[in-house]
Amino acid sequence: MASAVFFLDLKGKTSLARNYRGDIPMSAVEMFPVLLSEAEEEFYLYIRHNNLYLLALTKRNTNAAEILLFLHKIVEVFTEYFKALEEESIRDNFVIIYELLDEMMDFGYPQTTESKILQEYITQESHKLEIQARPPIAVTNAVSWRSEGIRYRKNEVFLDVIESLNLLVSANGNVLRSEILGAIKMKCYLSGMPELRLGLNDKVMFETTGRTTRGKAIEMEDVKFHQCVRLSRFENDRTISFIPPDGEFELMSYRLNTQVKPLIWVECVVESHSGSRIEYMLKARAQFKRRSTANNVEIIVPVPDDADTPRFRTNVGSVHYAPEQSAIVWKIKQFGGGKEFLMRAELGLPSVRGDDEHGGGMTGGFGGSMGGIGAPGKGAKRPIQVKFEIPYFTTSGIQVRYLKITEPKGPQNDLLRLKVYMSEGGHDIEKRSPVPNKNAVVLKVTEHLYALLDRPVILFVVGQVVHQVVSADLDEEPTGAFA
Amino acid sequence: MASAQGGGDSKLFARIPSAIMSMFLAYIPPSVHSPMRGPQGKVAELRFELNSGGKKDKHYTTKKIALKKIVANMTMSNNDMVALFPDIVGCMTIPNLEIKKMCFLFLVNYARMRPDVSVKAIPVLQHDMEDPNPLVRALALRTMSYIHVREFVEATVPIVKHLLRDPDPYVRKTAAYCVAKLYDHDKHMVEKSDLIDRLNGLLRDDNPTVVASALAGLMDIWERSDAIKLTIDYGNASKMVAILPDCSEWGQTYILEALMSYVPQECGEAALLAERIAPRLSHSNSAVVLTCIRVVLYLMNYISDQKQISALCRKLSPPLVTLLAKGPEVQYLALRNALLILQRRPDVLRNDIRVFFCKYNDPIYVKVTKLELIFMLANEKNIDEVLTELREYATEIDVHFVRKAVRAIGKLAIKIEPASRRCINLLLELVATKVTYIVQEATVVIRNIFRKYPNQYESIIGTLCEHLDSLDEPEAKAAMVWVIGQYASRIENSDALLEDFLFSFAEEPVEVQLALLTATVKLFIQRPTKGQELVPKVLKWATEETDNPDLRDRAYMYWRLLSTDIEAAKRIVMGEKPAITAESERLDPATLEEMCLNVGTLATVYLKPVQTVFRNARPRRLQDSPALQRQEVPAPSSLRSDANKSLSQLGMGGQAADFDPRTDRGQPRDGNGNLAQAVSDADAYFSSQMRGMQIQEHGDSFGGNAGEGQGYVVNQYAPQGVYQTAAVGNNQDLLL
Repeated sequence: MASAVFFLDLKGKTSLARNYRGDIPMSAVEMFPVLLSEAEEEFYLYIRHNNLYLLALTKRNTNAAEILLFLHKIVEVFTEYFKALEEESIRDNFVIIYELLDEMMDFGYPQTTESKILQEYITQESHKLEIQARPPIAVTNAVSWRSEGIRYRKNEVFLDVIESLNLLVSANGNVLRSEILGAIKMKCYLSGMPELRLGLNDKVMFETTGRTTRGKAIEMEDVKFHQCVRLSRFENDRTISFIPPDGEFELMSYRLNTQVKPLIWVECVVESHSGSRIEYMLKARAQFKRRSTANNVEIIVPVPDDADTPRFRTNVGSVHYAPEQSAIVWKIKQFGGGKEFLMRAELGLPSVRGDDEHGGGMTGGFGGSMGGIGAPGKGAKRPIQVKFEIPYFTTSGIQVRYLKITEPKGPQNDLLRLKVYMSEGGHDIEKRSPVPNKNAVVLKVTEHLYALLDRPVILFVVGQVVHQVVSADLDEEPTGAFA
Repeated sequence: MASAQGGGDSKLFARIPSAIMSMFLAYIPPSVHSPMRGPQGKVAELRFELNSGGKKDKHYTTKKIALKKIVANMTMSNNDMVALFPDIVGCMTIPNLEIKKMCFLFLVNYARMRPDVSVKAIPVLQHDMEDPNPLVRALALRTMSYIHVREFVEATVPIVKHLLRDPDPYVRKTAAYCVAKLYDHDKHMVEKSDLIDRLNGLLRDDNPTVVASALAGLMDIWERSDAIKLTIDYGNASKMVAILPDCSEWGQTYILEALMSYVPQECGEAALLAERIAPRLSHSNSAVVLTCIRVVLYLMNYISDQKQISALCRKLSPPLVTLLAKGPEVQYLALRNALLILQRRPDVLRNDIRVFFCKYNDPIYVKVTKLELIFMLANEKNIDEVLTELREYATEIDVHFVRKAVRAIGKLAIKIEPASRRCINLLLELVATKVTYIVQEATVVIRNIFRKYPNQYESIIGTLCEHLDSLDEPEAKAAMVWVIGQYASRIENSDALLEDFLFSFAEEPVEVQLALLTATVKLFIQRPTKGQELVPKVLKWATEETDNPDLRDRAYMYWRLLSTDIEAAKRIVMGEKPAITAESERLDPATLEEMCLNVGTLATVYLKPVQTVFRNARPRRLQDSPALQRQEVPAPSSLRSDANKSLSQLGMGGQAADFDPRTDRGQPRDGNGNLAQAVSDADAYFSSQMRGMQIQEHGDSFGGNAGEGQGYVVNQYAPQGVYQTAAVGNNQDLLL
């Protein structure tokens, strides 16, 4: 429950505010810039987005997560409405923003926050609403995320699996912690109110149903679903069934704690020459099967903020210096399994520092040891990041076994044609590793970042499998239009 | 005075009926206005624009543009716009939703400034509430109920009654919140009417969104009223859970919050309900997840079967960990709540210490809270891993964080006895870096280690003495001085070292002066020949040249003691010190119980009892029922076994390094801590003497303990004492 919501510029000046309860003087917001500058740790109930602060005030012991998420939702919805949410977009859209705020929150309680639904009755081009707008049924319906009567001539579903790997490697190369964060994203362009069912190689599901599988099953430590998924059903028999929202959304995210080998391993040796020059030697090795290839590999190595005159040498790909992110970026279009590539980089350092100051951390924070000079803030111990995509391959081994679509209501069924495309997305992860702080000139870096990719799936086009089925669930007859 | 004119302006208009007003203005040629400057000019200009267009303006385009300008002015706090009130009321009847919305917005904004004009809008709103379009009905109702003007409130009541039974759920939902708004405006009027009963009746609505809204409204009213009791029996609770899946994410949050008012009468009920809401833990909305965690934790209080409890604990762990992958704000909230949950149900996160290892790009407030959790979860098994991690933190760039990491290492030496050697080695390794703030921080914690393990690690004194020059913070200086005094007999040149410190006696803060005084006395007692010159000098300074009563009194006391009976002085000053422990800060059971009923709320961010943050909050307590399991808050074993003086977690008396400011409700402890530790064992001696005399000394400046029967468990939740102000600079984190 929030008493009031504010949009403020970076100086803390209010651009727009909405008072929902009137129990707090609106002048209370004047304290905000003061708090901001003084109390760095008490960041509460506000979020920053572009050049705006979104702030909620409350007088009660409110559910904090609810308000924070609501502020994020505002960002999401406004971004959909105005393309980008920034100070200017607030100024240009006062009226519609008030309308939205009125609809999204009542008496401090979040209400409808689905932008697709809001767009049905709150629009900027009100002339479109010659007939007076009515509240969409979805506003109060059990299916609050999808409108009725959606029609597409071409019905399509796209499915992406995007995974990133978080590795924490100790100084001696042991993996302290490895965590895979994955998400299944969908783009759904389907007519009517389709019922979808998604099958994964979920170990718990196989166990509960007593089914066996040829392939590997994975054990997800935690799963989070979009609100469209029937959670009780998942709890009961691990079936993922849902009526999807229209368009793009994240169906689920999951987390696994499994020991995995980084698919691309990077070793980095840093050599500093009397503080005026710094040299990096990188070795990257692809630790996956020879028949696979990683595409668009990017290895991002943090370097001191003030480095200049870069020189690079490599036997593959291209290297460039990205001063805006204080890093050098090594790009390799295709990286075959089992291959190993080398790269050397040399950069000048304008300000002379003693060698022993370069102990600050493995791959970043060279600017000065222990915190004094040179590497304030973001320079600290940044890890090397590796980004890449490998088609048909996920780190976790998750597979989409099937996606079944049924349209419960009659006639539209005939029109429903399903095409599912797979698309791939790469992702990066960052990890950091504790490396003892040696006052040595040479640091061996075992710092990695991994990311993985996706392994999408199978689709049915009118009952026919377009792509290879990983392990199709054929015990059920294809139904309805897909038969 | 532009504003004064503006005000006069509006008063004048208010007396003229709006219709005449607008006509009148419509005939004034614009040229008359253009030379006018200032607010009146602008108001007149906008008024003219609003009323131009006439019949040709079929789509009200001109009006819309004028209204948009008015809204923009209003947004930029141009309160002169209030002068346009009558014109706006005139526009309200235009059958166009966009115009209506803008007029209503204006009305909500300015009604309280001009109640006399605003009441003219009532008939319009009443009329709109009979509109065939539910959107218009709801809009009018929502607008009307936002206005805190008596006429509006009174006019709303009969309409709400009617609209609570509107055929459209969207209107019923709006009406449900409306009752809560009316209650906010006029408590007594609502209590006298049957509105609350009617709202209650809405709980039987067949639309889940309406039910959730009614619950939110009822909870809102309940929160503010002692007269109202919210009773939810198992049947109701069960129905609420049944509609959960059909509610929006926010609706689910409201229902889950309302479930906190259900008091299970049987263990079976509680277990079943917990089981049924557990699927919500997989919701992508973190608010739903955290609220669900709150309810499950609550229901666990009414479950007797340990197997069920541990099964539920296992379910809570993964979602909590997953929250750590969210944005920093949610992450921080989750971490603060993890601190709580860990105290109440240690099983939940028992094996997850690695998930709290900091990431290089975590914001500092996240890192600090993670550090606290790492400290809490550290044990003999994982200590090596933890120390490796802490060593990493101690070389970070953020000074504040580094200090806390160093302090944590020292505290771990005290907390985990078998690992003390390893902790100390790591500290020495860090001291060798010669970075001043690390050295100072290490000095402070090593002093505590000496107290905990007397006669074990004195060999490192030599190393400490190498870094004397880098000490410039009072706390570190005081710690070093304590070490010199305590081990005066073993440090070859202790008199010379002390003399160096004494050189600047007059300029030192009182904390260091006290330490110097005591150390000098100790030196004298242990090595009379070396101390005999220093003691009279220091006693003289401390009695004659100071304004500080503490320092003076203590000096007199020593003086008298030394001159009366040197043997007694020795026994007292060099007496055996009570041991210390480093158990982490824990909330007292009552606070912990209350906090656990508020998981995910703002109070958990501060980790303070709700009433201290929100004075008007309704207190929550576990309601008694046959199923209620008497709470056994897991107490740290060390706290029980050697219930002795414990240091606050990492920040006892800690200057900048005060570890967890938010848990520090007991500033008196801090103040004491500072002094107590700085001043040394003589103080401890006094406090134990006083204890012997049965003096319960809450917040005594010497003892720094909460006066628990047998020991010195420093309880941060001890009643706040007057010594709050004595805490020198160690609460700067506390600002809220």
